[in-house]
Amino acid sequence: MGKPSRRQFLKLIGATGAALVVGRGSASATEEHQVNNDTLGMLYDATKCVGCKACMSACKRVNSDYGSLSYEQAPFDSDGLWDAPEDLSGSTRTLIKLFKESDKEWSYVKYSCMHCQKPSCVSVCPVSAMTRDKMTGIVDYNKNTCIGCRYCQVACAFNIPKFQWEKAIPQIVKCDLCKNTNMVKKGITACAETCPVGAIMFGKRKDLLDEAKKRLRENPGRYVDHIYGEKELGGTNHLYLSAMPFKKLGLPVLKHEAPAEFSEKIQHTIYKGFIAPVALYSTLCFIAVKNMKKGCADDGEEQGKSGSERKKAEKEHGEDVE
Amino acid sequence: MSHDEFQTYRAKILTPSFVVLLVLTLIGFALIAVRFIKGIGAVSNMNDGYPWGIWITYDVATGTAIACGGYAMAILIYIRNRMHYHPMIRSAILTSMFGYGLAGFSVMVDVGRPWNAYNFFIPSKWQANSAMFEVAVCVMAYTTVLLLEFLPTVLTALEKTQWKTLQLLLDMLYSRMGMERPERIGDRLDKVKDLAAWLKPRLDKVLIFIIVLGITLPTMHQSSLGSLLLIASTKLHPLWYTGFLPLLFLINCMFIGYSIAILESVISCYAFKRPFETRELSGIARIIPWLTVIWLSVVIGDLAWRGQLGAAVSFDFYSRFFLLEFCLVAGGSLLMFSGKKRESIRWLFVSAALIVLGGALYRFNVYLIGFNPGKGWHYFPALAELLITVGIVAFEILGYQVIVKILPVLPKLHTRQQLDAGHVTADKA
Repeated sequence: MGKPSRRQFLKLIGATGAALVVGRGSASATEEHQVNNDTLGMLYDATKCVGCKACMSACKRVNSDYGSLSYEQAPFDSDGLWDAPEDLSGSTRTLIKLFKESDKEWSYVKYSCMHCQKPSCVSVCPVSAMTRDKMTGIVDYNKNTCIGCRYCQVACAFNIPKFQWEKAIPQIVKCDLCKNTNMVKKGITACAETCPVGAIMFGKRKDLLDEAKKRLRENPGRYVDHIYGEKELGGTNHLYLSAMPFKKLGLPVLKHEAPAEFSEKIQHTIYKGFIAPVALYSTLCFIAVKNMKKGCADDGEEQGKSGSERKKAEKEHGEDVE
Repeated sequence: MSHDEFQTYRAKILTPSFVVLLVLTLIGFALIAVRFIKGIGAVSNMNDGYPWGIWITYDVATGTAIACGGYAMAILIYIRNRMHYHPMIRSAILTSMFGYGLAGFSVMVDVGRPWNAYNFFIPSKWQANSAMFEVAVCVMAYTTVLLLEFLPTVLTALEKTQWKTLQLLLDMLYSRMGMERPERIGDRLDKVKDLAAWLKPRLDKVLIFIIVLGITLPTMHQSSLGSLLLIASTKLHPLWYTGFLPLLFLINCMFIGYSIAILESVISCYAFKRPFETRELSGIARIIPWLTVIWLSVVIGDLAWRGQLGAAVSFDFYSRFFLLEFCLVAGGSLLMFSGKKRESIRWLFVSAALIVLGGALYRFNVYLIGFNPGKGWHYFPALAELLITVGIVAFEILGYQVIVKILPVLPKLHTRQQLDAGHVTADKA
């Protein structure tokens, strides 16, 4: 039975070759995660925001064509005079909400993509439609690659990516820091550019952090002493300051480790260099071929077996002679 | 790997159940058409909080586990060298082929931009970090492997066929048109037969390597189906969120695979009025409890290690589903530990059904029930969404029913009895 083992050997070589290619890809991905503070982001100061929603309308005006956004009608507004999204959606990338605890205690909050340093959505996208730009830190989405599996939605702890459920040709919708629109023309996001009270600051993460720390230092008592996004899930480029606890504003309490670190560690341990699957395959081949040989030998020796099996045994022995 | 262990089940194809299944299939496919015309939201209750609904949870995550009969039987036969189970392999592979093929089809219904799926074949788009990438590539590869594994059945049938139906059809067609039937059609049909006869022995020689590939691939992607939820650390309930998800999914698919092989055999023997394969089934049933014991120990050990045992018995919403899943699997396994119950077709059926239900509920718990994206999000499948799943399952059963009647899939009766006799003597020795 020289033939099967040679074939097995060739297969092994082929598989190992494939493994090397895949292995190289995964090795580069295992690089230790480091926070890059030179990347771009935004600092939203909820205590400055007056809730005028100019950022929302600017976002939709600038990105509606590129991002396939549309105006959302409220049920009372039969003439369609206002854009009135209830939540982030397949038509809305950013949203201002009001949280009201009492008549004196309330706060606005702005939702949009957090642009994580180690984004879960990028880690899970099977076809690299979600990407994080190394230089700018922008988490961008490419609809021309996306298969619409919505794994990014499952993965995102902030529930940011939205899907266009009502469209026959849907896509994922999320903030890309105006990467392909306002940023190209003016070098700033549309929301930060428009904000009349300076509640949205656009810049490098390190400058934003310095500014946030300065505000916390200079205005004791005005803020909750915490910069949301500095450490959450390994750090985000969208940072928040607020007078109210962040949890009440719909920003979840999160660990400091990025979930993608853990899931990738497990995936890489199993598939490191593709060694385990190749080893499994060759071991199983070895056992199966041995079993078959043994089976044939038994068939030949034993009497009283069914004709079919004897025929099979003869056939296999014939191969041996070859 | 003899081809004479199998026979075609000669019976009428147009039965009442055929019509019922056909109607369900047609309804399902009509709704799929609606989904492609009006968008996913038109037929489904999925939303941005619950982006994966019943299609992914049942058709893909659970359906492929139920389709693991072929995987489990291949391990038993070729790796553990229990060749006397070989007569059961073809029907197991047939159901696996349908299960996986239709899981792939469901994915194409579920994803929003299926026309971009070609990116899976473009190396620059590959994303080795993504468990989804691994699952998608492996499932595609495994479906191909299953087709190859099933090919010998088709070739055997082609080799022996007299083309009776086709001849009849052609005669009718030509007489309608008032023409003589040309000779060359017969020649061409003979060529197809010759080709099948030429291909079959060559395929047989390499088949074992394809079969082993068919064992390796499910081991990879069934564990990755568990890895898919590793990213959702903030959304999946701690009763199910664990680093052992890949391992638990792997063992889970094995015991579901063996149990489903038992169920399939019992149901098809009952439906086709054939004698039950009690000996083989009780042999398979002996393996299952060991797998479930390992699985249950990992579940319990992991919960204890993470300090979640209290949550498991707190009897809240999540705890109840956890306990139900746990009891179904444990109960079914307890029944199977008893040698006496393993001899009874009825108990075999009941215990295998309990284990399949428990194992499937585990997958539902991980993908849907234990998944909580935050306040304000709810999901329960819409009727149309359910009917699409029902239609796909109906198509699966329909296909099985038809194919066993036109191809040699089911074990040959007299071979089985002979093998039984051989088995008895082997046991004595």
